[in-house]
Amino acid sequence: MAALGIATGGSNWFSALALGVTLLKCLLIPTYHSTDFEVHRNWLAITHSLPISQWYYEATSEWTLDYPPFFAWFEYALSHVAKYFDQEMLNVRNLNYSSSRTLLFQRFSVIFTDALFVYAVHECCKCIDGKKAGKELTEKPKFILSVLLLWNFGLLIVDHIHFQYNGFLSGLMLLSIARFFQKRHMEGAFLFAVLLHFKHIYLYVAPAYGVYLLRSYCFTANKPDGSIRWNSFSFVRLISLGLIVFLVSALSLGPFLALNQLPQVFSRLFPFKRGLCHAYWAPNFWALYSALDKVLSVIGLELKLLDPNKIPKASMTSGLVQQFQHTVLPSVTPLATFICTLIAMLPSVFCLWFKPQGPRGFLRCLILCALSSFMFGWHVHEKAILLAVLPMSLLSVGKAVDASIFLILTTTGHYSLFPLLFTAPELPIKIVLMLLFTTYSISSLKTLFRKEKPLFTWMETFYLLGLGPLEVFCEFVFPFTSWNLKYPFIPLLLTSVYCAVGITYAWLKLYVSVLTDPPVGKTKKQ
Amino acid sequence: MEKWYLMTAAVLLGLTVRWTVSLNSYSGAGKPPMFGDYEAQRHWQEITFNLPIKQWYFNSSDNNLQYWGLDYPPLTAYHSFLCAYVAKFINPDWIALHTSRGYESQAHKLFMRATVLIADLLIYIPAVVLYCCCLKEISTKKKIASALCILLYPGLILIDYGHFQYNSVSLGFALWGVLGVSYDWDLLGSLAFCLAINYKQMELYHSLPFFCFLLGKCFKKGLKGKGLVLLIKLACTVVASFVLCWLPFFTEREQTLQVLRRLFPVDRGLFEDKVANIWCSFSVFLKIRDILPHHIQIMISFCFTFLSLLPACIKLTLHPSPKGFRFTLVSCALSFFLFSFQVHEKSILLVSLPVCLVLSEIPFMSTWFLLVSTFSMLPLLLKDELLMPSVVTVMAFFIACATSFSIFEKTSEEELQLKCFSTSVRKYFTCFTFLPRIIQHLFLLSVITMILLTMMTVTLDPPQKLPDLFSVLVCFVSCLHFLFFLVYFNIIIMWDSKNGRSQKKIN
Repeated sequence: MAALGIATGGSNWFSALALGVTLLKCLLIPTYHSTDFEVHRNWLAITHSLPISQWYYEATSEWTLDYPPFFAWFEYALSHVAKYFDQEMLNVRNLNYSSSRTLLFQRFSVIFTDALFVYAVHECCKCIDGKKAGKELTEKPKFILSVLLLWNFGLLIVDHIHFQYNGFLSGLMLLSIARFFQKRHMEGAFLFAVLLHFKHIYLYVAPAYGVYLLRSYCFTANKPDGSIRWNSFSFVRLISLGLIVFLVSALSLGPFLALNQLPQVFSRLFPFKRGLCHAYWAPNFWALYSALDKVLSVIGLELKLLDPNKIPKASMTSGLVQQFQHTVLPSVTPLATFICTLIAMLPSVFCLWFKPQGPRGFLRCLILCALSSFMFGWHVHEKAILLAVLPMSLLSVGKAVDASIFLILTTTGHYSLFPLLFTAPELPIKIVLMLLFTTYSISSLKTLFRKEKPLFTWMETFYLLGLGPLEVFCEFVFPFTSWNLKYPFIPLLLTSVYCAVGITYAWLKLYVSVLTDPPVGKTKKQ
Repeated sequence: MEKWYLMTAAVLLGLTVRWTVSLNSYSGAGKPPMFGDYEAQRHWQEITFNLPIKQWYFNSSDNNLQYWGLDYPPLTAYHSFLCAYVAKFINPDWIALHTSRGYESQAHKLFMRATVLIADLLIYIPAVVLYCCCLKEISTKKKIASALCILLYPGLILIDYGHFQYNSVSLGFALWGVLGVSYDWDLLGSLAFCLAINYKQMELYHSLPFFCFLLGKCFKKGLKGKGLVLLIKLACTVVASFVLCWLPFFTEREQTLQVLRRLFPVDRGLFEDKVANIWCSFSVFLKIRDILPHHIQIMISFCFTFLSLLPACIKLTLHPSPKGFRFTLVSCALSFFLFSFQVHEKSILLVSLPVCLVLSEIPFMSTWFLLVSTFSMLPLLLKDELLMPSVVTVMAFFIACATSFSIFEKTSEEELQLKCFSTSVRKYFTCFTFLPRIIQHLFLLSVITMILLTMMTVTLDPPQKLPDLFSVLVCFVSCLHFLFFLVYFNIIIMWDSKNGRSQKKIN
């Protein structure tokens, strides 16, 4: 009785929140799942039934293994549980196999590995000191933060409906951030190194990690004005950091180096053959660029400035093919996107070096890196916005400005995930869950910062409210109009352009707030 | 209300759970020739849309009453007609006469589920929210917590969105009735309750408390002055609403009689399938259904029901109070469920609704009852392949109740509302102080039994001689629980009014 009471009792709200969301995840098991489900089933089969030397060469299914080795090992470990559920799913030739037991196993594997995410959120809540507020539980920053993270709409639909393993990967990232806050830098660095070898998309935020560790860990002291004290450099720390990264990489890539397969592994990890934009444009700079190009080409055709015969057919009829050709504006190469991304990241990284503000500054830089690469990266997935949304939650309970940026970024970012779920039975779920998360996040943060100036200007409010009509138009009006057959891409195009505006705005606003923030050395008494 | 956003979150959470449960299987999915309640509802749409209103309740070549004939009151039929109209607009095949029999498709399932959600959203959920907002003497936080818990009650969700029925409509109307009557909008309240009865005749389980409460109110105002006026007004409202609902069937005597025959099929036997009531549990030892003649069965069940609900009803008539009304609703519905004739396992929802209403007053016992009520439907839920959503929603409901009401700290005599009872018992047995502890142990025992029985039912194969062993066990255990709860609620009712009288004396 007492144990039951403690386990679920009134004071232990965190476990109630975590259990609640876990149960919700269980309810989502029968929902639609995307081809990513088959991707992961195939990886289970590859790692289970083939020798290591074959892992990155196997190509029976079109969904070849294109994550770093740790993830392959992760699938290998999972496959040893999977064989007790259904041996058939571990057969490489069993394409598109999805028995009910396979479904149960795969869904539960995501739910169980999310335990790491829950633990990471728990650690984050311990070390984030948000704004001091009312005594009421629901108004405490820790409570709000854990809801924002645990019940994150994006994670729920991407992991538990669409099907991916972002939960425990984000958990690793949050845990490494929490370790930095707890001054356990080595552990944080180790966790991030491991994370990189799970999913290489986290390379986007690697600059923030590198510069922060170098500046605030390897240099042990600052001058009184906050600038760097060159003679405080600690070689021991640098070498131990280097050793950690080296050992983790050796463990991950070593076997493939020994097999002389590294080039093959890398060619799988970085496929530049894909187009600039994903099938559905992620709401970033390139979406705006492509939309502008489309508008210009239409205007050009109307004014007879362009020759219709010279325009590539695909771009006019669907606009959603993999290889997208711009008609008026110059086409973009991978190198150009790479340079743009670097340029966009540089100021934030410089800021981290010259105005170190402890782990909080690092967190801002990390978010900026994630957002910059989302804005300018090559073949960005809309899901990558979670990379910025989750760490931004940590900032949101601290300052009103950050809360406002967080809300704009999250709401538009989450809305841009809507096209991931296009089946009718999931329509109510995504709308209700989105409403749930959005009303909660906006209202709770408003309550938290009710004594400061309003979180949104009228323009921001107007923009966010505009998402409602946009959803109504895209999903309830447009399919019944005659344009549905002629221009089926219009809802997606509208969604990504509309969201791109919001995300660009949030990115710029965050940049401005980071760059104009006074350096911590001058404000703090130390 | 400053924390309206938490209330919104509670409602949205309830909606999410409802819709995710609805993605699961429904009763009789892919099981010809009879299918299940899902097909029944679809068939009613077919019948009401294609046949003239005169033929709805009659057997004919177009309307085989043996195959899911309409056996609910007119409002259900009108609702089916309305749904059929929308269905025709989307896809006429869904309701085509004869040819649509056993129609199943993903799109149709989506449509049917959506009709349930819309009805729920229009009737039941607003009533719950309003009821919780109007609760007196508790903090905003508790109001939101009780709304969340009521909306998460797994029994109703699983039957409406899993098994497939429209209980939220009749229960929602009944709840509107409770709201109206409790806050002195007597006419609107009785109108809402008449609608509830005309949607499902099972709502008659609630009718006695309504009647007694309103009668008591009239008595209180004085039967010669205002009370008489109120009584006449009430009578007119009730008659008018019934006449309106039944208008098409009042044209001929035979029509009315036929509808009544369909609504109260007395020849169908004392109980059907496995129900957690006295008769079904008792027939484990003695097959009353086969031994006693039919009319004696009816008499016995009538007498038992009447006797068991009499004390509570008399108390309510003499001392009408909203609180007493809610508890009497519970005990009357429970008496009907346990003793009356032709009870379905789903009728336990009629008891659960008033128990939900007293959730904030006696959180521990209500949570316990609501858990047992869901457990009692286990055989049905398993038949519909709803094991997974059942387990998950029950756990979610338990966590919600345990966290928001910290039920385990609320087991003192005071919080179980047993203070007066134990004081009066202590006059005779001075050592009567162990009641809370016993109840705690009983709770633990009951939870363990329920978990074990669930696991056994799911994993073990019953012995060949006794194929229904586990479902009978489930019913038997639940029935014991319900008897215990009947005693408990009657104790509260009896000793509470005594308390009220003594308080009045002090005043």
